[in-house]
Amino acid sequence: MSEVIVVTSGKGGVGKTTTSANVGTGLAKLEYKVVLIDTDIGLRNLDVVMGLENRIVYNLVDVVEGNCRAKQAMIKDKRYSNLYLLPSAQTRDKSSVTPEQMVKLVDELREEFDYIILDCPAGIEQGFQNAIAAADRALVVTTPEVSAIRDADRIIGLLDAKEIKKVDLIVNRLRMDMVKKGDMMSIEDVVDILAIDLIGAVPDDENIVISTNQGEPLVGNSTLAGQAYMNICKRIIGEEVPMLDLSGGTGFFSKIAGLFKKN
Amino acid sequence: MSLLDIFKKKSSGSVAKDRLKLLLVSDRASCSPEVMEMIKNDIIKVIAKYMEIDCEGLDIQITTTESDGGNGNVPALVANIPIKEVKH
Repeated sequence: MSEVIVVTSGKGGVGKTTTSANVGTGLAKLEYKVVLIDTDIGLRNLDVVMGLENRIVYNLVDVVEGNCRAKQAMIKDKRYSNLYLLPSAQTRDKSSVTPEQMVKLVDELREEFDYIILDCPAGIEQGFQNAIAAADRALVVTTPEVSAIRDADRIIGLLDAKEIKKVDLIVNRLRMDMVKKGDMMSIEDVVDILAIDLIGAVPDDENIVISTNQGEPLVGNSTLAGQAYMNICKRIIGEEVPMLDLSGGTGFFSKIAGLFKKN
Repeated sequence: MSLLDIFKKKSSGSVAKDRLKLLLVSDRASCSPEVMEMIKNDIIKVIAKYMEIDCEGLDIQITTTESDGGNGNVPALVANIPIKEVKH
């Protein structure tokens, strides 16, 4: 049975595209057949994060307008043969696609894929409405900042109104050093405020920048962020995975080092 | 930071949490500042029939309060209306 997951946040720049890329790649690593759809028309980015920008021929708008078949527009990933990307159009705007057209396209893809991941644009306008129209469940990405959490709360309200069955939270860009000092809201604080289920937390890891530079999602590798994303993927498929300790280096020596470190 | 400051100051994380909690109550109650202003004006109109009130000192807010049913915090309209004189 296939599942359609929208990755959304309200606020821009909190990590929707990075999360989409890593969750999609992670599910493919777990041997599911996955298609990633970039629904951010006019501001295409999922292709560069995936490292597939040089292979685009057709895009989402071409498929919807009937210029090509969905199969022709989907790009097969260079690392995983069971992972595909349907890129967005760069020279069009959000009104080029309607929610009804998205539902029709996604229903067509359901027959072939286990997971369909929709990377949602920022905002709550038409691009957002298009992305959530076809979704079975949602991953709401937020960072531990007042602006991102406020927007996430608004998004959760809109997803509820659309009767999306399952809405889970990802807290991104956590800095445990700041949380410890009391200068950043903790995972518990964020979950307490937003009152939805937590599916994972991702640390603010410089390896994310490196992996984006290279166009290769880091899910599943040994970095803290790579492990965090893999755990999220396992929870999506229904496995019970304990929460990762994000503080990193809590061994004896790093604790001693921490004692001498100036703030 | 002196030792005294540590006891006096609230951490910025908990300041953020407190601010958000208040903010989201009014967001969720979908009360824009315009709606709040309309509610305020209507309340003034009704009360002004019976008593003279201090419109300057009037304060109306949507906040949270512990519910009587014991199911956590619920939104509440809190009004502080100074009375100048009761009409007879």
